[in-house]
Amino acid sequence: MIPHCQLPSHIATGPHVSPFVSHNEAGAPYGDHRSEDVHVPANPASVPFAVAPSTDKGEVAMGEPRKHTTTPYVTGNSVLAIKYKDGVLMACDMLGAYGSTKRYKSVQRIIRVNDTTIVGASGEISDFQYISNLLEELMTQDFCYDDGCTMTPSEIHAYLCRVMYNRRNKMDPLWNSLVVAGVDKNGKEGNKSFIGSVGMLGTSYTDSHVATSFGNYLSRPLFREFQRDDMSLEEAVSLMQEALRVLFYRDKTSINKFVLAKVDGEGVAISKPFALDTKWDFKAFMNPSKHAVGSW
Amino acid sequence: MSRWSPYDLNGGTCIAIGGEGYCIVAASTRLSTGFSILTADKSMILEVNDKCLIASAGFDGDRSQLHKVLTFRSENYEHFHKKPMSCPAMAQMLGNTLYYKRFFPYYTFNLCAGLDDQGRGCVYTYDAIGSHERVGYSCQGSGKDLVQPVLDNQLKAPSILELPPKVAVTSLSQAEAIETVKIAFSAASERDIYTGDAVEIFILTPEHGVQKEILPLRRD
Repeated sequence: MIPHCQLPSHIATGPHVSPFVSHNEAGAPYGDHRSEDVHVPANPASVPFAVAPSTDKGEVAMGEPRKHTTTPYVTGNSVLAIKYKDGVLMACDMLGAYGSTKRYKSVQRIIRVNDTTIVGASGEISDFQYISNLLEELMTQDFCYDDGCTMTPSEIHAYLCRVMYNRRNKMDPLWNSLVVAGVDKNGKEGNKSFIGSVGMLGTSYTDSHVATSFGNYLSRPLFREFQRDDMSLEEAVSLMQEALRVLFYRDKTSINKFVLAKVDGEGVAISKPFALDTKWDFKAFMNPSKHAVGSW
Repeated sequence: MSRWSPYDLNGGTCIAIGGEGYCIVAASTRLSTGFSILTADKSMILEVNDKCLIASAGFDGDRSQLHKVLTFRSENYEHFHKKPMSCPAMAQMLGNTLYYKRFFPYYTFNLCAGLDDQGRGCVYTYDAIGSHERVGYSCQGSGKDLVQPVLDNQLKAPSILELPPKVAVTSLSQAEAIETVKIAFSAASERDIYTGDAVEIFILTPEHGVQKEILPLRRD
């Protein structure tokens, strides 16, 4: 309670309202249907992405700082990456969703790490911003060694795998799926493309094409059918556009504002935001019930 | 809302068979989570040296970590003792490494297999917290319920229950054992959704060291 301050009568007061009172002082935890608790949902867990205290008593006491991510808040969706003849392509949209709200619409989810590597992320945006800082520190250190070598994409992937696995061991995960893509110029047989992925538990793999979250269902089948390691840039870009378009049609937490990044022997290029042409006036879309007549 | 879990099960099956003068270690290469396939080509076998391999099914994050730890230790051993780690030594160390994490286990189900000092096939089978025993053949992972009875039936190895105990290696020839492994994997891939895409088959012999073969499986 704030001393010497009269609150309007319609605002509920009492120890259970104050954010500075711990669970035990407040009495029964949430989920116990006490009549004073009308201003919070009876079961906060049933409200998706609600900013409400946990019902798990042992986990987070009310008023104490929340230390561990138990649910993500602002999230990014699919990241796609494919190899092509001279390097790799990576793409994703620019949405930062708050639950199912399209909250932030200019979030850059692909970052350039060095001249040969980019990293894209889906999942919790703030955790990705933290990871971006880690990578920036890593690159500063790499620069300061001044030994003429820079980290390769596979080394950066290995580093991120350790970071993610280490945080899951602390039961405090970074809520992301990361995609690392780039070109290794140190190989004996010329430039070698690399794409690797790592999830929040430390599950990692490398492949010729990778897609996180919804992309694993919607874009990966297209990649399996059409992606080849020796395809031209034009082919790769149009495949990527098709994959993004399919994602935008079927993934409700996506927007028509994309970023496409490319790494080849020349370096990293990340595009300006762009939109794709879409077509919504398919005949079957215009009258969806035409071929699905109900029984009444 | 269910609590976040630090574990996952990424599927995959591995088989090891020890014979007179050879050892076969095989593992599928599909990495899955839930009903999705993450990649069709991820190895779950660690080549420690040319006398010892480790195949691990279970959770991929823990597998990477475990394989890293075991690599460091076996390299250290080589520097200290100027010889590669023997398969029985590696087997004991793997057991200790797993038990060290008794209260936050590595969620991996391992086979340690290779050749012993007599050049005979040797296989050790584990649970996630380090209990292990030496056997003539074994399998682990998502397809083990399908494969183990087939191996019991086909390998004609003496029963472990027999007294006095006999050497547990199979009497099958190397070629017959490889064929059995291939049949077991293609059968498992018909019924187990987590086993598929391909199998890596490693053949260890005192004469030829480690040889590797890849058998494609169904990709659906």
